[in-house]
Amino acid sequence: MLINCPYCGPRDVIEFTYQGDGNRERPQAASQNLDAWNAYVYDRLNPAGDHNEIWQHSGGCRAHLRVVRNTLTHEISSTAFAHGGHKSAARHKAEGKS
Amino acid sequence: MSPRRTDTGGRIDRLRTIRFTFDGASYTGHAGDTLASALLANGVSLFGRSFKYHRPRGVLSAGVEEPNALVTVLRGEVREPNIAATMIEIYDGLTAVSQNRFPSLSWDIGAINQLGGKLLSAGFYYKTFMGPVVGPLKGTRFWMFCEHFIRRAAGLGRAGTAPDTARYERMNAFCDVLVVGSGPAGLMAAKAATDQGARVILAELEPHFGGSANWSGEVIDDMPAADWAARAAGQFEGHDNVRLLPRTTVWGYYDGNTLAALERVTDHKENPGKGEPRHRYWTIRAKTVVLATGSFERPLVFPGNDRPGVMLAHAAERYANEYGVLPGDRIALFTNNDSAYGTALALKKAGAAIVAIVDVRPELSSEMRKLASEAEAEILSGHAVVATEGGKALSGLKVQRFDMVSGALSGDARSIHADCLLMSGGWSPTIHLASQAGARAEWNEALQAFLPPKPTQKWIGAGAFNGHFKTLEAILDGRNAGLSAVGATGTPMAYPSVESLPGDSQPAPVFEIKAKGKSFVDFQHDVTAEDVRLAHREGFVSVEHLKRYTTLGMATDQGKNSNIPGLAIMAEALGKPIPEVGTTRFRPPYSAVSIGSLAAERFGDLKPERLTPMHDWHIANGATMYAAGLWYRPMIYGLSGETIEQAYVREAKATRESAGIVDVSTLGKIAVQGPDAAEFLDRVYTNMFSTLAVGKARYGLMLREDGLAFDDGTTWRLGEQDFLMTTTTANAGKVMQHLEYFLDVIWPELKVHVTSVTDEWAGAAVGGPKARAILAACVTGTAVDNATLPFMGIVRGKISGVPVMICRLSFSGEMAFEVYCGAGYGTHVWEALIEAGKPFGLVTYGLEALGTMRIEKGHVTGAEIDGRTTARDLHLDWMLSKKKPFIGSAMMDREGLIAPDRLELVGLIALDNRPLNGGAHVVEVLDEANPHDSIGHITACCYSPALGKHIALALIKGGKARHGSRAFVSDPLRNRFGPIEIVSNHFYDPDGSRMHG
Repeated sequence: MLINCPYCGPRDVIEFTYQGDGNRERPQAASQNLDAWNAYVYDRLNPAGDHNEIWQHSGGCRAHLRVVRNTLTHEISSTAFAHGGHKSAARHKAEGKS
Repeated sequence: MSPRRTDTGGRIDRLRTIRFTFDGASYTGHAGDTLASALLANGVSLFGRSFKYHRPRGVLSAGVEEPNALVTVLRGEVREPNIAATMIEIYDGLTAVSQNRFPSLSWDIGAINQLGGKLLSAGFYYKTFMGPVVGPLKGTRFWMFCEHFIRRAAGLGRAGTAPDTARYERMNAFCDVLVVGSGPAGLMAAKAATDQGARVILAELEPHFGGSANWSGEVIDDMPAADWAARAAGQFEGHDNVRLLPRTTVWGYYDGNTLAALERVTDHKENPGKGEPRHRYWTIRAKTVVLATGSFERPLVFPGNDRPGVMLAHAAERYANEYGVLPGDRIALFTNNDSAYGTALALKKAGAAIVAIVDVRPELSSEMRKLASEAEAEILSGHAVVATEGGKALSGLKVQRFDMVSGALSGDARSIHADCLLMSGGWSPTIHLASQAGARAEWNEALQAFLPPKPTQKWIGAGAFNGHFKTLEAILDGRNAGLSAVGATGTPMAYPSVESLPGDSQPAPVFEIKAKGKSFVDFQHDVTAEDVRLAHREGFVSVEHLKRYTTLGMATDQGKNSNIPGLAIMAEALGKPIPEVGTTRFRPPYSAVSIGSLAAERFGDLKPERLTPMHDWHIANGATMYAAGLWYRPMIYGLSGETIEQAYVREAKATRESAGIVDVSTLGKIAVQGPDAAEFLDRVYTNMFSTLAVGKARYGLMLREDGLAFDDGTTWRLGEQDFLMTTTTANAGKVMQHLEYFLDVIWPELKVHVTSVTDEWAGAAVGGPKARAILAACVTGTAVDNATLPFMGIVRGKISGVPVMICRLSFSGEMAFEVYCGAGYGTHVWEALIEAGKPFGLVTYGLEALGTMRIEKGHVTGAEIDGRTTARDLHLDWMLSKKKPFIGSAMMDREGLIAPDRLELVGLIALDNRPLNGGAHVVEVLDEANPHDSIGHITACCYSPALGKHIALALIKGGKARHGSRAFVSDPLRNRFGPIEIVSNHFYDPDGSRMHG
């Protein structure tokens, strides 16, 4: 499997570390909503098809990438930096946190 | 002259004689021989004993699909079992032995299993090892006892125990076109792609390029096919865009057109060249793959088809044409298709008498009749072989009239005298790699074979792989595949002329002759046709279940011979056509792969090791090193005659009495820097770091998102925006990734940068009552008194001219200082500290003493932060800030994580004054015969010089509430039982007066 790192170009999967489901949405840090935390920590979609994933280029530039990978064919339809457009990032910005 | 070697012919070098041994007997062969061909030439017919029944077995094939002739190759002390004799090129000094026989190959006691055939039928283990559920042996382990002996009797070669000294390596390669297989199709494909300027790799599992051209006896372009192939392969020499890989098996087809291959670099050499690896594991990324992997001839299933002397037809042709070996003098053939007739003629020409061609088909073409008469062979059309005769070698066979449609036998059996019986059950394209790459194979009724599926990855098939069994078809296919692989159309060319024998590729749909006796489907796993039917009668309908129940196709040959016949018999039993029964998906590896090649540089000389800057000093000063992950750390600095325990007790005692020094360079160190560094640490650690003053350090604890403890360590505030975090040695990498993940994915708005600086700093911890005096004697530029350097304070100064950073913190429980300097000065500063410590009785101590002192203090490490414990379990709840959220804060108070019966950290004292063991269980009621009801386990233990007792840390249900109570250690594995007292984990100096003082 090749992952196309936006910094480094196409690299073998051996250089990357899977860092989990990219659909997880972390609740606000102070949230006491246990259901939301539970969903964040444990609930996974496990789709047969396109899956939104976080991969770290740990053997390269160490950037975290948002990768859409088909779990049936391993075909990767998109790769992008994880922080660009991540919901929590957008939310923090919207709330004026720095 | 060897008894079966022909006078002329073959592609061996008759001028070069090679000496080797098989089962202790010396033989000779020629350069170019395989072990199989050389032994056949010497008249050897018995190669091994079969898996279950210990039946005598010869050689069935001439290639990678060989199920019977498996041998063990010995190189010095190293033994490699289960190698097909057909794949071993002989060299001077080759030593091979047969397998699965006792006491000898020709007289094997296990052959008695043949008499118990009914007992050893399909599902034997599942049925037999269930009980006994009734009778006097009920509830005993009687069957377990028997199983040991039965399992020893079944099986293949024995693995060796000597370490493999060979070197293995891995290579990565990229190409436009990878051509797998170098028969006429593969050669043409490689040539077409190479001529277009593409980067090409041509992989061939045999030693020579050419595939079937090497033995087909055909004529291509007016020259023998073998010469044509040699010339075609020779044309690649000097082209730097093509890489030739002989002896290379492409064994795996993975996603993204990534293929795995094994190159056997030196297996055929008596003395490998300097620096040559034994095997090379190739990872090949190809834009396009041309699969020109050819086909396998199928055996026919009939009683006695496993007797030595029964062989695949083309294999015999290959032995005659390529190796100059006749597998028999009086040869009979048994076939359901035309290809055997060419074989008969070839063997006739090589000097054998063809006594009969038994063909299941009632009608034969005039061309086949003509070939048979040229071979001077009697034709028995509409007949079938119903038995074979002989012991360790074939002496004859019996044939009967056979009705192909009904499968019925009729008439009297007729005996035919023959010493070799060749069978041909049609041809199966070698579609393994295509199947691995994704799609389901498609059944072709005319060819009675599974053809490759539509490509799901970028590959193109060519030749027999496509079911195009004729050489001319293969040549056309190959050229087209090579061109389209590089997107070229190519110019018209004159195709080579091919002279080959006539013959129809379509076999009769006959796979099995049902007659009395054992008819083998899977030779290597001893699965008979009756086993397959038995599985059906017992309700196994799915082909996958059939496979698992009978173990059909699950031996090292992966069913290369047995797949289709097995399916056909199953289909008949089910009353369904073959395609509805389906075929199993082929999975990697295509053929056996050495474990060494998979490990390659990750093992032995090339395994990375991490050494601290003071490593050489430790070695020079008597340290016994201990591998901790990739790191090497001193375990003890033993004096002569000391045991490990004596050494660490001495080191720990001296540290507590005067002072000790330990190398702590392996601790993970992460620079956390930036305007939001303090805020980030507040989120990452359970306790506050934003309140930490510059020039001070604080002990911190991290949790995982699920609220369980993750890692601990001290973090030093070097500046307003500059922190140095330390982690445990083992978790340094994980903590780094954890921090990076949160900064990059969750909190990208935080202005923080993290850098791993583990290797930039050398660290030494000096602890003990004299530690401060030692520092005072060697540190310049700063005072180290209590006012300047209080507990958890940090100062900068110099030791022997080298800038150092000193933090007063303690793991040992003594007054202690961690001294950090640039890694390049590690030994220099270390030696200066040793020198300064001499008047004060400073000792060096290793991991054992470090562990002893931390157990005495009740500090936790990875043994307690084991991924199951919470901060509360470890009595670190005082570190859980209530003023801020942090990673894990929301989840750490879940019901199960605060339950009163959780395992909590305690101390244990052995009341019988005997050593305790890590991992031992703790029980309230001692029952040595039947240990039960564990209340927890020991995580770390030592002899404590400070207490004069054997102590341990343990995780025990209820924890604190049990302080002062008694229990027992229960360790049946090491037979250690005895009374203990449960106490606080803080054994020594619980109020910390020594380190604060």
